[in-house]
Amino acid sequence: MTSNAMQQLYQQIILDHAKARHGASAEGLAPLAEVARAGLRVTESHQVNTTCGDEVTVRVGLRSEESGGDAAGDAVIEEFAWAGDGCSISMASASVLHDTVRGEDVATARALLNTFRDMLRSRGTIEPDDEELGDAAAFAGVSKYPARVKCAMLPWVAFEAALLAE
Amino acid sequence: MTSSVSPSTRASARPLTDEEVDRIRNDFPILDQLVNGHPLNYLDSGATSQNPLSVMEAEQEFYEQRNAAVHRGAHTLAFGATETFEAARATVAAFIGAQADEIVWTSNATEAINLVAYSFSNASLGLGGAAARRFAFGAGDEIVVTEMEHHANLIPWQQLALRTGATLRFIPVRDDGTLDLAAAAGVIGTRTRLLAVTHASNVVGTINPVAELVALARSVGALVLLDACQSVPHLPVDVAALDVDFAVFSGHKMLGPTGIGVLYGKAELLAGMPPFLTGGSMITTVDMHTAEFLAPPQRFEAGTQRISQVIALAAAVDYLTETGMERIMAREAELGQRLVAGLADIPGVRLLGPPAGVERIGLASFDLAGVHAHDVGQYLDEAGIAVRIGHHCAQPLHRRLGVTASTRASTYLYTTTDEVDRFLATLAEVAPFFGVKS
Repeated sequence: MTSNAMQQLYQQIILDHAKARHGASAEGLAPLAEVARAGLRVTESHQVNTTCGDEVTVRVGLRSEESGGDAAGDAVIEEFAWAGDGCSISMASASVLHDTVRGEDVATARALLNTFRDMLRSRGTIEPDDEELGDAAAFAGVSKYPARVKCAMLPWVAFEAALLAE
Repeated sequence: MTSSVSPSTRASARPLTDEEVDRIRNDFPILDQLVNGHPLNYLDSGATSQNPLSVMEAEQEFYEQRNAAVHRGAHTLAFGATETFEAARATVAAFIGAQADEIVWTSNATEAINLVAYSFSNASLGLGGAAARRFAFGAGDEIVVTEMEHHANLIPWQQLALRTGATLRFIPVRDDGTLDLAAAAGVIGTRTRLLAVTHASNVVGTINPVAELVALARSVGALVLLDACQSVPHLPVDVAALDVDFAVFSGHKMLGPTGIGVLYGKAELLAGMPPFLTGGSMITTVDMHTAEFLAPPQRFEAGTQRISQVIALAAAVDYLTETGMERIMAREAELGQRLVAGLADIPGVRLLGPPAGVERIGLASFDLAGVHAHDVGQYLDEAGIAVRIGHHCAQPLHRRLGVTASTRASTYLYTTTDEVDRFLATLAEVAPFFGVKS
């Protein structure tokens, strides 16, 4: 019994990212003090899905063109690392998040985050824009499973909280 | 020392037959439906059980014909409601070998444990006078739990220890998921004031050796609280024979409604305990600065009670009694063995708890290598199979067994042999679907 619905939810892109885990640190993230470098502002957030105990820590390193630039604007996400333990949806989502926002400026990343969140909360009514979202568009099927939206959002929420903590 | 009894020596009654289970299912309308295009296969009774018609009818009949507040008012309806409410107490008491005045209604088992913990906490503050002094905890006192407890039987004791300065200790769990009884003898000592332990594990499915644990506690004069949430619904339990001081269980896990739990306490202990919740219905004389409290159980039942839930719970107990707890236990022992034997045949499955052949309730939790429990549960749900996924409110036990989450299938008296087999067959498809090679 491999239903069509299961294949819509667990698209091959998701299963592949769940295994590949781009940007993941298998041994966990090094202490913050060890990763500080000149000009790079490092911030992170740890989030837990209390339903199932899944957890993810997202760490971003931001660099601004001019000193004094802020995370709300043109700072660039120069580094992105994460560590976590969870289901294929949450782990794949973290991997895709890494690919999606690394190298982008904060304003662009925030816009992508909002697009991703709107799609996930749409209960299947929003058709994703593959051009804009890339691999993240594969999570459109998750929006039909309200119980799994939290799984897909977990790393993105951690990313958002890390930016706010900046 | 062995912590288990072979299934054959305990389950002497004739198990419910498949034909009887088919008839029982007619009493549970919710089971007759399609989920995602498949017949509902409800294997989550360990979380909450389904209600037979007689339970729902009892609640409806109460509201249609007899609804009134109990223990107040002198009108006919109020008097009748009070009589029915107290008859339900007697029914539930008889079901577990207790006296009616040893049964205290709570919202759920969690509240029942908190009631005891907060009563002890109040005693520790000096409330309740001389009679309550034996329930006072302080520095040097020890509370013993086990590593397999549900959070409901752990956190209230953590908090009591924090409030009173007492120390929380625990009996460790062995690799096979059973309690380390040799270690228990070292943990339970002269400082132990309370042992709080689960009767049947909601994760590994084992039935703990209560007699041995009670003997250890008695040898040092400690009180014993039994978490009976997974035992009272599934096997005959006699609290007097077990000689525990307190026992707790939930209505919704035993064919009853939500919102009703039970605290059993030995009469002479309840008599000395200060109240937890206070207010109306639990007092005799009140002035602006002091109040005198009623005797148990009313002392612990402040405010308007869960009357319809109590009456529905009594209907659930009647249903279980008529079916026969010995026969339910024997049936679920069969299903539990069928579950673990089938799981052992599926590549990549690691059972949490002891293997087939060791006594267990109709419940099995497992880890599937390479596939997270949430994904296992999703695949099963698509096939109409309802299981529990996550840490099952037992994070320390999962950590001890080296996993963060697991998948749990749990049966009840309405579970068919075919449902267990269908679950096993579908589970065998999961690892291949996720591309995990065995």
